[in-house]
Amino acid sequence: MTSTPTVLDDVTRTESSLRQFLHGLPGVDQVGAEARAAGLGTRSIKTSAKAYALDLAIRMVDLTTLEGQDTPGKVRALAAKAMRPDPADPTCPAAAAVCVYPDMVATAKQTLGESGVHVASVATAFPSGRAALDIKLADTRDAVEAGADEIDMVIDRGAFLAGHYQRVYDEIVAVKAACARSNGEDAHLKVIFETGELQTYDNVRRVSWLAMMAGAHFIKTSTGKVQPAATLPVTLVMLEAVRDFRELTGQMVGVKPAGGIRTAKDAIKYLVMVNEVAGQDWLDPDWFRFGASTLLNDLLMQRTKMTTGRYSGPDYFTLD
Amino acid sequence: MTTPFDYAPAPESRSIVDIKPSYGLFINGEFVDGHGKSFKTISPATEEVLAEVAEADDADVDAAVKAARRAYDRVWSRMPGRERAKYLYRIARIIQERSRELAVLESIDNGKPIKESRDVDIPIVAAHFFYYAGWADKLEYAGRGADPRPLGVAGQIIPWNFPLLMLAWKIAPALACGNTVVLKPAETTPLTALLFAEICQQADLPPGVVNIITGAGGTGQALVAHPGIDKVAFTGSTDVGKAIARTVAGTDKKVTLELGGKAANIVFDDAPLDQAVEGIVTGIFFNQGHVCCAGSRLLVQESIADELLAKLKRRMSTLRVGDPLDKNTDVGAINSAEQLARIRELSDIGEAEGAGRWSPECVLPQHGFWFPPTIFTGVTQAHRIAREEIFGPVLSVLTFRTPAEAVEKANNTPYGLSAGIWTEKGSRILKIASQLRAGVVWANTFNKFDPTSPFGGYKESGYGREGGRHGLEAYLR
Repeated sequence: MTSTPTVLDDVTRTESSLRQFLHGLPGVDQVGAEARAAGLGTRSIKTSAKAYALDLAIRMVDLTTLEGQDTPGKVRALAAKAMRPDPADPTCPAAAAVCVYPDMVATAKQTLGESGVHVASVATAFPSGRAALDIKLADTRDAVEAGADEIDMVIDRGAFLAGHYQRVYDEIVAVKAACARSNGEDAHLKVIFETGELQTYDNVRRVSWLAMMAGAHFIKTSTGKVQPAATLPVTLVMLEAVRDFRELTGQMVGVKPAGGIRTAKDAIKYLVMVNEVAGQDWLDPDWFRFGASTLLNDLLMQRTKMTTGRYSGPDYFTLD
Repeated sequence: MTTPFDYAPAPESRSIVDIKPSYGLFINGEFVDGHGKSFKTISPATEEVLAEVAEADDADVDAAVKAARRAYDRVWSRMPGRERAKYLYRIARIIQERSRELAVLESIDNGKPIKESRDVDIPIVAAHFFYYAGWADKLEYAGRGADPRPLGVAGQIIPWNFPLLMLAWKIAPALACGNTVVLKPAETTPLTALLFAEICQQADLPPGVVNIITGAGGTGQALVAHPGIDKVAFTGSTDVGKAIARTVAGTDKKVTLELGGKAANIVFDDAPLDQAVEGIVTGIFFNQGHVCCAGSRLLVQESIADELLAKLKRRMSTLRVGDPLDKNTDVGAINSAEQLARIRELSDIGEAEGAGRWSPECVLPQHGFWFPPTIFTGVTQAHRIAREEIFGPVLSVLTFRTPAEAVEKANNTPYGLSAGIWTEKGSRILKIASQLRAGVVWANTFNKFDPTSPFGGYKESGYGREGGRHGLEAYLR
């Protein structure tokens, strides 16, 4: 049972072939990657392009609350906000999803109903991933059964850093299997790397390929619980990986930077990067998401500024 | 719903610059009318006439050299280094304060994208003045003996590709060492040099320390041949450089020449490919390829050639060619009709010689001088496009199989200004770099400039070094 595209069958056959492949990927020059990310960050997005980018960014937000103190009330409020981010403006698009812990999935699902806004649930002993595999799988099944449309799993960073690539691979494959629903559909699987712990861009490229070969629908930078979370250069390396993966296999994989993206200006920098590195096909909520909580309000404020010409204060937007 | 993410125009405002209808010559601290005819400087992006500029004749050159000599004898050579430094620091700060104005003017007159004049040219200009200001009172530590002396009056001639940056490379070390200068900017790009003259006035620089005379080849010839100068510093084409060397032969004028190049950018199969693609793009499409150290020959290891070229072509498709003042423009206008004709001629020759020509689809503006980013594949060492400097956004792609072949091909050129090496293997970088006959070798980067780093060429790329401690040697005896 594997999701690997056939062209990569040989790669995932043994631990050593997997290692050879991952270590044979072209290296990432840190200085060059960071310079490229910074260069893309200087694009100047104005007027019609900005309006397009703001709406697209809103549609890509996975509105997130992952706190120990979360309450059903807060989750319901978040879900309501995801469906109608700007109650004063019916032309404002809905967010992509709300992202919660497994025990809040049912509450979120109930509020969201058939609105089209997805419920994403973190799973697999989020955020550390330090639990036995069957516990992670049970965690996943629990969220899927409660109605989660998307599962955000964390990889075993300890295993990855120790070079046990096969174990990480097998675990992703197993979690993906656990995403299957009884009706034959799957919850979509996002694989969180926690790039702040993996540290090097070479590792980011390797883990991206590992997850894609294991069948990830999305690759995601971070849990938001570790600093640094999402950064432009890390996302650059991941976008290059999904681009190259499609080139080789024909399959598209989505990318989700999460954590630390707070302003519309930042979000637009990411969209410019998606546009110029992966290409226009990724400029869609099915293929690119922002994991964020405070970002949405800034997007809304900028959007209101674009449509009315006036800046309104934070008091005019709902707090989550 | 996926629609293309078209970037709306984001033009930098021109209102910050005030271009006068006509400009005189800057001699002895004042703008004066020239005795010669005047000529027009145009915007290469629109062909709009920007200003009339005086053409200095022999009498004007003589007046400028005499002003520089007076300032040298009476003020500048006697001034303690720490006092000279104050003027240089002041100039550097004014450049920073007026950086937007300088950047916009540079882009208008030269055609280069505003993001390059704003983020590269002008910041390095200021950095150059800051750097050499720091040297002015420490010259006895420059390795030229305990009491190094200035040369006298320097005649300096600069090209149109980095107008203000080349001015800074010339003027900052000359002044720091106690020389005075007569500088001639290129005839197609005189405006930022003339704005720099205003900055000298604003900084209260003593009259005659910096003189700026505008004109074409004849003016430059008169300056080089003038008996009153002690030093010639030239950046430009190899042909003109050779003519200058002939003119000063037999005199005791010191000369530094920074001439053309045909740099090899060598990509090994273990290179960081995505960054190498960026480096290739920066190497040849930065500043429309109007860069003497441009990486105009790509030498790629055969085993990765197809993959790299596919990545390069995809990347080139995202280059935005157009209005230099648009903040999202990556490739601006070719500087002049003359240069455009030369790029077209050599590209046509490349095609006729059998190389495969490719450019991304891009709509070029109706007016002005434009050439799309272009690569030629299947190029051999025997092709003219692999040997002659095109000085435009045109890349010749060659392949190699072994490191020895890469080095042989890289060195097989009359030039020797720069080279690039792309590999993740440190030992290979060191070994290949030591075998390349080029003044600058970049490893896993390209076209990076810093005032602390010496720059200059081997063979027909000229002699002498600019920048860093080495740059002082050209202005001290």
